[in-house]
Order: sequence, then structure tokens, then C-alpha cells
Amino acid sequence: MSDRTAGIGEPAATEEKAANRKGPGFSRLFRTYGTLTIFILLVLLASTQSDAFLTERNATNLLRQMSGVGIMAIGMLFVILTRGIDLSVGSIAALGAVTSAMFVQDMSMPMAVASVVLIGAACGAVSGFLIAFLRLPAFVITLAMMTGARGLALILSNGQPVMPGTSGQGLQNFGTSFTLGLPNPAWLMLSLFAIAFLILNFSRFGRLVKAIGSNEEAVRLSGISVPWYVASVYVISGALAAVAGLLVTARSGVGSAQVGVAAELDVIAAVVIGGASLMGGRGDVVNTFIGVMILGVIGNIMNLAGVPGYHQQVYLGVIIVVAVVLQNSAQLFRR
Amino acid sequence: MTALIELDDITKTFAGIHALSGVNFTLHAGEVHALCGENGAGKSTLIRVLGGEMRPDGGTIRIDGEAVRLSGPMDAIYRGVSIIHQEMALAPDLTVAENIFLGELPARIGWSELNRRAGELIDRLGFDISPRALVADLSVAHQQVVEIAKALSRKARVIVFDEPTAVLSIGDANRLLEIIRGLRSDGVGIVYISHRLDEIFAISDRVSVLKDGRNAGEVKAEDANVETLIRMMVGRPLSQLFGDKPETDIGKEILRVENLTLPNGVAGISFSLRRGEIVGLGGLVGSGRTEVARAIFGADAISSGTMTLGGAAYRPRSPTQAVKNGVNLVPEDRKGQGIVLDMGINKNMTMANINAVARMGFFQPRKERGVVGALIKSLQIKLGAPSDPVSSLSGGNQQKVVLAKWFHSGGDVVILDEPTRGVDVGAKTEIYSLIHKMAAAGKAVLVISSEHAELFGLCDRVLVMGEGRLRGELGPDEFTEERLLTLSIGGGDRQGREAMA
Repeated sequence: MSDRTAGIGEPAATEEKAANRKGPGFSRLFRTYGTLTIFILLVLLASTQSDAFLTERNATNLLRQMSGVGIMAIGMLFVILTRGIDLSVGSIAALGAVTSAMFVQDMSMPMAVASVVLIGAACGAVSGFLIAFLRLPAFVITLAMMTGARGLALILSNGQPVMPGTSGQGLQNFGTSFTLGLPNPAWLMLSLFAIAFLILNFSRFGRLVKAIGSNEEAVRLSGISVPWYVASVYVISGALAAVAGLLVTARSGVGSAQVGVAAELDVIAAVVIGGASLMGGRGDVVNTFIGVMILGVIGNIMNLAGVPGYHQQVYLGVIIVVAVVLQNSAQLFRR
Repeated sequence: MTALIELDDITKTFAGIHALSGVNFTLHAGEVHALCGENGAGKSTLIRVLGGEMRPDGGTIRIDGEAVRLSGPMDAIYRGVSIIHQEMALAPDLTVAENIFLGELPARIGWSELNRRAGELIDRLGFDISPRALVADLSVAHQQVVEIAKALSRKARVIVFDEPTAVLSIGDANRLLEIIRGLRSDGVGIVYISHRLDEIFAISDRVSVLKDGRNAGEVKAEDANVETLIRMMVGRPLSQLFGDKPETDIGKEILRVENLTLPNGVAGISFSLRRGEIVGLGGLVGSGRTEVARAIFGADAISSGTMTLGGAAYRPRSPTQAVKNGVNLVPEDRKGQGIVLDMGINKNMTMANINAVARMGFFQPRKERGVVGALIKSLQIKLGAPSDPVSSLSGGNQQKVVLAKWFHSGGDVVILDEPTRGVDVGAKTEIYSLIHKMAAAGKAVLVISSEHAELFGLCDRVLVMGEGRLRGELGPDEFTEERLLTLSIGGGDRQGREAMA
């Protein structure tokens, strides 16, 4: 017992202990299940607004619509966990969209897909190297990559949509068909989320990525090569962004350099709604997935309810703030 | 005479646990009243109550005999109570003058007037710091002077110092004690918190001891000594602190450092460590001790010099290489560099050697649980659940987690930089016995410490640094404070210096 009281005078330890002792206090519960609660409330709200919402068709549509943002959110989650940010995902998606439309014309499908992923990974590697090894600020470097990759997509496509014609049929077949009742892009997103879940929770890589976001110096002084891990998350983010772009081409049959304009903002919003902290170290895969779905449901409800597009943006802004306030209620409403 | 401050029967509870139960504390104008106790005894809580940062659940705060309810820190400051925290609350990118008057800057700032007034306050403290200097460019000691000047600018009648010398060198600490004496003779009431008992005797008029959130006693400083204070704090005499040094066989030389020179002014460092040996590295803060440790660990660059490890050339370019070669470091700044606070205790422990509990990059939960369980048991870490964040532990147990990390990783050379800083007396003893255990297991241990008693009680021999040079070495028969201080400050001992040259 005396040991239990031992930490009491130390403020940091005390509050943590108090929180632990109280058990599932509101703020703790919210941190764990808050995103889910918001999601359920939104679904309930939506089903009262429109009969069309709780239909299988709408649900599969929603999953397909969000597959691009969802896949990019996985990469963004890893980046944000290390206390970084990746603004280039939308542009790399455009590059992925354009190059996939080009590559399918004279490569086999697997080769084309691999090359597209490799290009995205290469973009991420450039950012990652500059950020991790030269210690340049992620915001600025990925901002530069955002401009650069978009420009590259425009150059490669001559500013025109790239039409792969019949050679793109295989890709388009994949993008538009269903497997076991779900659209293929949705399956792809779900399986990538599953893989990310395993990596983040059970692998050396996942644990160290989180640890680096919490206290990089302590990880470095534990003998771990921090820069490799930091660079890797940008490679992952770039590769996944290219996959998201490829999916757009697969669905539409056209590779456009206009794909994913401002997508990075949706992606960051989804990750943040999912409870990840931009200060690094905090965030998880399941909640990120729910964050993506929340973002999708919000748009979906408002479309069904006939809310005009401009109004939608205002509501979205408000909802992001509300989500973040609730997630940080522990800090905000203490004392 | 009415007391300046009277805390009467103060109670504060966190989630049902009493942090303070019925604590009394008085402070008169012109006295230094020291507050002692182990970590977790309630000192910080009491101070936060006094400073208006926390509201007590019960009891009365009287200032000048009048019962008050402090609505917040600003209220306390208005009433003349200023607290100088361990972690200073200065804005690094503002000037000294701006910091001093922060919070009460006039809407239209007359810069020359502001700088003049700041200069006066600093002069009064007997320091020469430009009011226009940026706080970020000041030494820690000077930053503390700015904090004190800030308190004075607010007409503080009560100043609370929370572990002020923990980050200061001996010289700076002595100047700080001078300032405090000056404040006392100006009639300011001082509350002084420190783990360093010698300081407490040097400065205070009265000493109050807290234990487990209660008053454990109050004595006049002249009536007490180190023995009595420690017994009041822990209920056990000093001689038991270091425990019995087990008989260990000192084996072969493992690490040899020759003429190590660093870009930051450390030069010509040569020494060697043998298996089973605990070697102390003493000297003033800032003498280059930490720099040497970090260089051996590959955390900072080396300009010249050679090292051998187990006979082979050793020149780590990163901590990764050092760890691979079996060199471990327990850094000085535990929270900033030793542990990942928000991460689980278990995860912190296995971090330096994940491969031992993982296969193909994925953890083997059962194996990890086993390893963690064994470490918790053998290091006697007191915790709720192994997956709780490290931040839920007391300072001493947090430090044990850092030690556990290296026990698990299993290096041959362990460097501990201030291993017991901010650790309470009880946990200190346990950490000492863990250090003995490391040596007994055949590791070579290098302990950096500013506490003389720690160096002498723990080590087989002590190396002393001063101004970036190794000034000499003390064998067990030379373990006296005078010898250590003479070497660190650099007077005399030409022999030692020539031997090193």
C-alpha cells in the first residue's frame, strides 16, 4: 500500500494514476470508443433522415467511394504516428493514376501495378530521406513533393486525360467488379487495413513507429536506427497513395492528373477524426478506419438530405472540431 | 509575530488516495524553511496548493494571518507568493527583460525603461546579465536568476524554490544560496525544497519533513544532522543506504579509452574499465562527464582518440552500433531520453533488444510476457500491470525500467549517468543493489554522479573530470570529499595531472 501512495506527490504520475484508478472515466472511454460512438450516432441520424441510407447499395457505395481516402489514410496514420505529416498524397495519387493508365498500355498487369507502386514509393523515399536523414521539416518537404508530383503527373499526361483504350480493360474490370458482394476497391482497402492492423500492433516496425512519435531520443538511445523507420513511413505513404490513384484509373478507365486535388486534407481529417494525435505516438488502425467512414457518412448524409456542396464543407469543418474536442476532453476539461 | 504563511491541516485527495492528510506548515518573514521528504511524500502537492495551482480538499491557507482561498496561480502571485519550479517557465525566444515583466507588460512598452528596471533587479541579485539577451542563450543558472528577478518584480514576499540546484553546477549552486541568503535578509520568506541535505543545512533555519503526506517532524536546522533527517524521511539510518558491496572478482580489461577528444572541448581522456568493476566518474556538472559517456555510446561525434572493446578497435558512429557491441547507456535525462513515457512498461523494457522476443519482425507475445515478468521480478519494480504506461510509475521505478531495458539487452559495458537523480531514498538503495548486480554479472560499470556519497559508497575507484580533462583518479583509500573537490575544481594535485598528461 505504501508503494501505491509513493507516486502521489508527483503531479504527472498522480494524474495518470488517478485516471487509472477511476477506471473507465468519460475521457478515457472516449479516447477508446469515442470515434465509434460518433460513427454510430451519425449512422442513427442518417437512417432517420433518409430511407436510402441503410441500404446495402448505399453501404457498398460508401465503402467504394472511401477506398481511395482510406488507403491513403493508412499511410498517413503511420506518418502522423512518427509526428510527421505528408501533404503529397493527393499529388502522388495523381501520378499513380496517370502512370497506371500509361503503363497498362505496354506492360502486363502485374508489371504495371508494381511499377506504379514503385513510383509512389520512390516519391515517398525522396521525402523520407530528406526528412529523416537530413532532418528537414516534413511539412515543407512534402509540400514541395505535393507540387512536384502533381507537376510530374501533368507533364507525363500532357495535361490531358490518358486513355489506355482496350489495353486498360483488365484494370478497369478489376476496378468495377464485385467479389462476394463487395466492390473490389473496397476489398483492397479492407485488406490493407487488416495488414496495417497486424503491423502496427504486433510488429517491431509498428511498435517502434509509435515509440518514435512519443520520444524519438529515447528510442535512438536504445540503439535503434530511427531515421530508417522515419523514412520508411513516407515510403509506405507514397506507395499507398499511388495505389489509391491506380484505383481511380481502374474505376474510371481514364488516367487524369486532376485526381486527388486537396485529397491530403480529407486524408488528414480522417486520421485526426480517428483520434490520432498530430503530436505523434497516439493513434490506431481501427479508429482510423472508423474516421474514414465517418468522413464518408457525413458526405453521404448531406447528399441524401440535399445539403448543398458549399454548406457541406462548413458542416465538415464543425464536425472535425467537435471530434477533436471530444477526444481531447481529458486535457480540456481537467481542473 | 504573525506568520507570513500558515498552512493549517491541509488535506488533498486524488481519487481516494490521500496525497496530503492534515499537513501543517508555517513560514515567517526573513526565514528559510526547508521542506524535505522522499519523492511522493507530498512536497510538490503542498507547494502546488500554496501556489494556487491546486485547491486543497480541506484545511486553511492563511497569508498574514488572514484565511484566503486562492483562485489560481495569478491570485497567489498577487498575494506575494511566487514559485520557482524545477522546470522553468520562461519563454526562450524573448529577452531577459521581456520575461521578467511577462504578464504585466504595459500596453505601450517603453523599452529603455523596461530594460533599465530589469537591469536593476538583476543587479540587486548580484549578477551581470544583459536585459536584452535572449533567454535561450543563457545558461541554466542565469535562467534561474531571471526567474528570481521575475518573482522580485512581482513584489514576492514568499519565494518557493523547488529543487533549484538539481540542474546547477556546484559553483552556481553556491551563488544561488548566496542570493537566497540576501533575499532572507531583505525579509523575504523562503521555502526551500531539495534532495541535497548538505544544502539544506547550509541554508535553512528550520526543516520540515513530510512522509506519506503527513508531517513527519519539524526541527531547527542547527539541532539536526544528516542522520536524523534521513531517519525522519525513511525511518532507517544512512549506513544502510548503499547496502553491502558483494565480493566481485574484477576481471579482464574490457573497454580502453585513449586520448579521447571531442569537438566540444573535452580532450585527452584516457582510462580503462574491467569486468566486474564499478568505476565512478565525478566532477562538476559541465566538466564533460556526460559528453564522454555519450561519445563512448556513439550518441555524439568523436574528433580523435581511440577506443578498444574486448581488445578490438571500437568506434561507434551511432548508439545502434554501440548497443550491437554491448555498450549501454542510462542517460541523465530519464524522461527526455531514457524512456517513452506514454508507452507500456513492458514495451519499454524490450525495446533495446526486440529480436529476443520477436520472430520475423513480429512479436511473440508469450515470450515477451515471460521476459517482462522475469525482469519485473528480479528488479522488484512496483507496478499495476506490465502494460500500464511508464508514466504511471514513480521516478525510482521509472529508472528501474531503464535499467531493465539494458538487463534485457545484455551489454558488457554499462554507463549510468546520474542514475539516482530525482529518485527517493528507498528506491536509491534498490538501484544501488542493481548496479552491484550488474558488476557481479561481469559487466563493467561506469557511474557518473554529482553526489559524493554515491560515488564513494558505490564505486571501486573514481575518475575525476574538470574543464573537459581527466584530472585524476581516486582509489578507495583516497575517498574524501576534499580530495574529490580539489581535483574537480583544479587546485593542487599536480601529480595526478601529470600522470594523466
